[in-house]
Amino acid sequence: MDVFFQQLINGISLGSIYALIALGYTMVYGIVQLINFAHGDVYMVGAYIGFYTTAILGWSFVPALLMAMIICAVVGVIIEKLAYKPLRNAPRLAALITAIGVSLLLEYGMMFFVSPQVRTFPNVLPDIQYTLFNSVVISNRQILILVVTVFLMLLLQFIVHKTMIGKAMRAVSYDKQAAQLMGINVNNTISATFAIGSALAAAAGVLVGIYYNAISPLMGLMPGLKAFVAAVLGGIGIIPGAMAGGFLLGIIEAMVSGYGQSLFRDPVAFLILIIFLIVKPTGIFGKNVREKV
Amino acid sequence: MLQNNKGKILVTFLILMAFWLSVQLLLSSGMINPYYELNLILIGINIILAVSLNLINGFNGQFSLGHAGFMAIGAYGAAIITLKAQLPLPAALLFGAVLAAIFGILVGLPTLRLRGDYLAIATLGFGEIIRGLIVNIDYIGGAYGLSGIPKTVSWTWIFWLTVLTVVIITNFINSTHGRATISIRENEIAAEAMGINTTKYKVMAFTIGSFFAGLAGGLHAHFFYTIQPNTFNFLKSFDILVMVVLGGQGSITGSIIAAIVLTIISASLQSFAEVRLVIYALLLIIIMIFRPQGLMGTKEFSLNIFGKTKD
Amino acid sequence: MKKFRIFAILTMITLLTAFVTGCGGGATEEKKAADATEIIIGGNLELSGAVATYGTALKNGAELYFDEVNAGEGVLGKQIKFKVLDNKSETTESTNVATRLITQDKAVAIFGAATSGNTMGAMQVAMDNKVPIITPSGTALEVTVDPNTNQVRDYVFRTCFIDPFQGIVMSNFASNELKAKTAVIYVDNQSPYAKGLAQFFEEAFVKQGGKIIGKEAFVPEDQDFKATLTKIKNLNPDVIYLPAYYEAVGKIVKQAREIGFTAPFLGADGWDSPKLVEIAGANPLNGTYFTNHYSSQQDDPIVKEFVEKYQAKYGQIPDTFAALGYDTAILLVDAIKRSGDATPEKINEALAATKDLQTVTGKLSVDEQHNPVKGAVILEMKDGKQVYNTYVTP
Repeated sequence: MDVFFQQLINGISLGSIYALIALGYTMVYGIVQLINFAHGDVYMVGAYIGFYTTAILGWSFVPALLMAMIICAVVGVIIEKLAYKPLRNAPRLAALITAIGVSLLLEYGMMFFVSPQVRTFPNVLPDIQYTLFNSVVISNRQILILVVTVFLMLLLQFIVHKTMIGKAMRAVSYDKQAAQLMGINVNNTISATFAIGSALAAAAGVLVGIYYNAISPLMGLMPGLKAFVAAVLGGIGIIPGAMAGGFLLGIIEAMVSGYGQSLFRDPVAFLILIIFLIVKPTGIFGKNVREKV
Repeated sequence: MLQNNKGKILVTFLILMAFWLSVQLLLSSGMINPYYELNLILIGINIILAVSLNLINGFNGQFSLGHAGFMAIGAYGAAIITLKAQLPLPAALLFGAVLAAIFGILVGLPTLRLRGDYLAIATLGFGEIIRGLIVNIDYIGGAYGLSGIPKTVSWTWIFWLTVLTVVIITNFINSTHGRATISIRENEIAAEAMGINTTKYKVMAFTIGSFFAGLAGGLHAHFFYTIQPNTFNFLKSFDILVMVVLGGQGSITGSIIAAIVLTIISASLQSFAEVRLVIYALLLIIIMIFRPQGLMGTKEFSLNIFGKTKD
Repeated sequence: MKKFRIFAILTMITLLTAFVTGCGGGATEEKKAADATEIIIGGNLELSGAVATYGTALKNGAELYFDEVNAGEGVLGKQIKFKVLDNKSETTESTNVATRLITQDKAVAIFGAATSGNTMGAMQVAMDNKVPIITPSGTALEVTVDPNTNQVRDYVFRTCFIDPFQGIVMSNFASNELKAKTAVIYVDNQSPYAKGLAQFFEEAFVKQGGKIIGKEAFVPEDQDFKATLTKIKNLNPDVIYLPAYYEAVGKIVKQAREIGFTAPFLGADGWDSPKLVEIAGANPLNGTYFTNHYSSQQDDPIVKEFVEKYQAKYGQIPDTFAALGYDTAILLVDAIKRSGDATPEKINEALAATKDLQTVTGKLSVDEQHNPVKGAVILEMKDGKQVYNTYVTP
């Protein structure tokens, strides 16, 4: 039973990261129906900013985290304005291709500037292990990830449901034109969505940097894809769905590695994606929507 | 159509013959060194890849991000036939391509009912699954990949197989099947309403595209001696995608031109791999924002029925 | 039309930049091919990517020796030009680099690559063009011996010991010194080197009466190994054998300690890198051991001299790859001298005939399988430093 709990803890830590990234995916998809392929790379940029602030500038955890979130929010808005806004009325495929372009631009641009070498984070947080019931070990970093993730998610829920900008976001995702008619500044709302989503991804990046200690320019590719799977799993466009999907995927992966073969982790994740897309594309929490001719 | 253009066909054929012969002579006499030969072969392979992806993305309006996966299947299939069954090149290439086509049907049937962006991710997923599986099957080399594949592909092979590919796909496009395929791109629901079996044509385009991707893979394997699972990753699919987008989704000529141009650029940027990808990425973004139809849009070079130009 | 113009301009600029960068970079390569006062040795090395520290160290070690030779009288009256290209730790790139070095730059020998996998990518090109290729550190058996035909590959050589030997050394250490009875093997699934080592370790370990109670695999791109490590921890082995490259090793050892897994980790020469301590941290690495080609702390005058020279030039203590790079350079220069005319074919023959050549990592003799007969050292990690444990002769 201990092994099961240990794997559960592993899965939840992993899942928190996926959840944070998935939130950004799902918010953007909800509002502009775009799969922001570059989102995983915003996460990577966040990790690098975290690295820079802690290793080079010597900051501590919280300032580094905040700085990464702020800068990535700006990056997200810039990307949106430059690459996605011109295509807002174009077919979705065009926007997707552009998103792929942005993703690769971020990855290889970063590689060009900082070299593809793995960077390691300095020890901003001491590493302490706590042992629960006998042999299940949880580290303070895992706890931190969970705490930060839950906190950010609650914050997000608050913003979305209790603030004006949140209301605007929900309105625009229901019906863009109606929202515009009601006087909502759609452009700003969309920018705000990108900003918040990117900030969350950045937080995930910094947490990952501290937890796993190694970052590289291509680190965002796989987690980005997995987060997308998580978003679809929970229901794309639905915020609680992304959270649930993230945790669920993390736990599934941990179980596959723990009880099966860790090499099947990635194929299994993609298989889940494909199955859901075919059988229940609206995800666990989604409602069925008919396509209008 | 053919009767009126017999002259044109003959002329085209003679031009192709002349081109092939001249390059072959240059090669045999050693005036073109192996490095340039390598790039010529690469151009041929890329043309096949771009044109076959264009069939799926450009003419049929679907969006496959897993093209490299089918190339991998073709490469491995062909390599195994040569290495383990000791059969000659044509058998190997055919086997690889057919195997890829079969996988095309298998992958296409369930996924082609998905919408554009979801289909893209699903095909990406399949590409990754295929790669992940290959790494784990030791019989076909696993992580080592397969090496020692005899280098049986030469300029002659590449040239004529490339010509064949372009001819077949162009003929397909210009046939009734082709028209049905294109109509799906224009408006799928209307096409369905007109009685066109959209699933059949989507799968057909996907399968044909995969067949040629597999052919390209087999050719690649028999020129580059070794293949590894990582050769056929998402980046490869991305490379081909950029060629199709640059050339124009829906233009065979465009794909050919783009394949040539990008292969040359890629070769000259060999030492600066990151720069190459940054440039590709920038190119893609610029094209999508300013000229989504790419270089040629849906136009072809219309001097003759085969609609292509070779430099 | 305006949009089209902007597009056209932007595309032109992008493509032009591409051409200029590419051609500019390319042009400089063309001029020297016919230079009669130089012997060109091509370096196919991992200067970036997953195992960048190997390639960089190899390059440094080799250049140290080549510079010494060039400062003296050169070889056969000519200077050595060491042309190094980066294969980015990728096998396909390794093939390209080798092709380029041989056909464009007219190298008479290829130095590299660092890993067995990357060397195997390049060796076909070398063999086809009859140019000798020497890997300083590729230890997999398949590099010099074709597993399908069991024939020695002509033109392919190495300067290091081979994995069958390395695996046995560590297995003996585990059984005899650490008194281990059970072991789990955790292997890098994408590396022929790792898989080969795992196999040899297992054979030897079982022969000594040990039991392999679990076999796991990972992919180097993974970030999170805790799930599998939890599974391994639960099996409670005496030791865990982890043949892999330093980046993954660092992450794995760190995460293992984080979940409270305290058993000793055993490794191989792939562990040797300054980045290992950076990634894993000094503490987690306590209680780990690995086999290697040499140690800078060996009590041998030749080793001491080399360490001094290297430190003087580069300001660091040379690791095993630096030493192997230096030795491979020695081997090459010696073979070129004996070839008499510095043509690839003659160099090839001279390499195969090498006997008792004194190098930093031991006396080098090339056997019929193109493998040198050499000893290995076992190093222990203590507080982030490598501590010399024992020397094992073959």
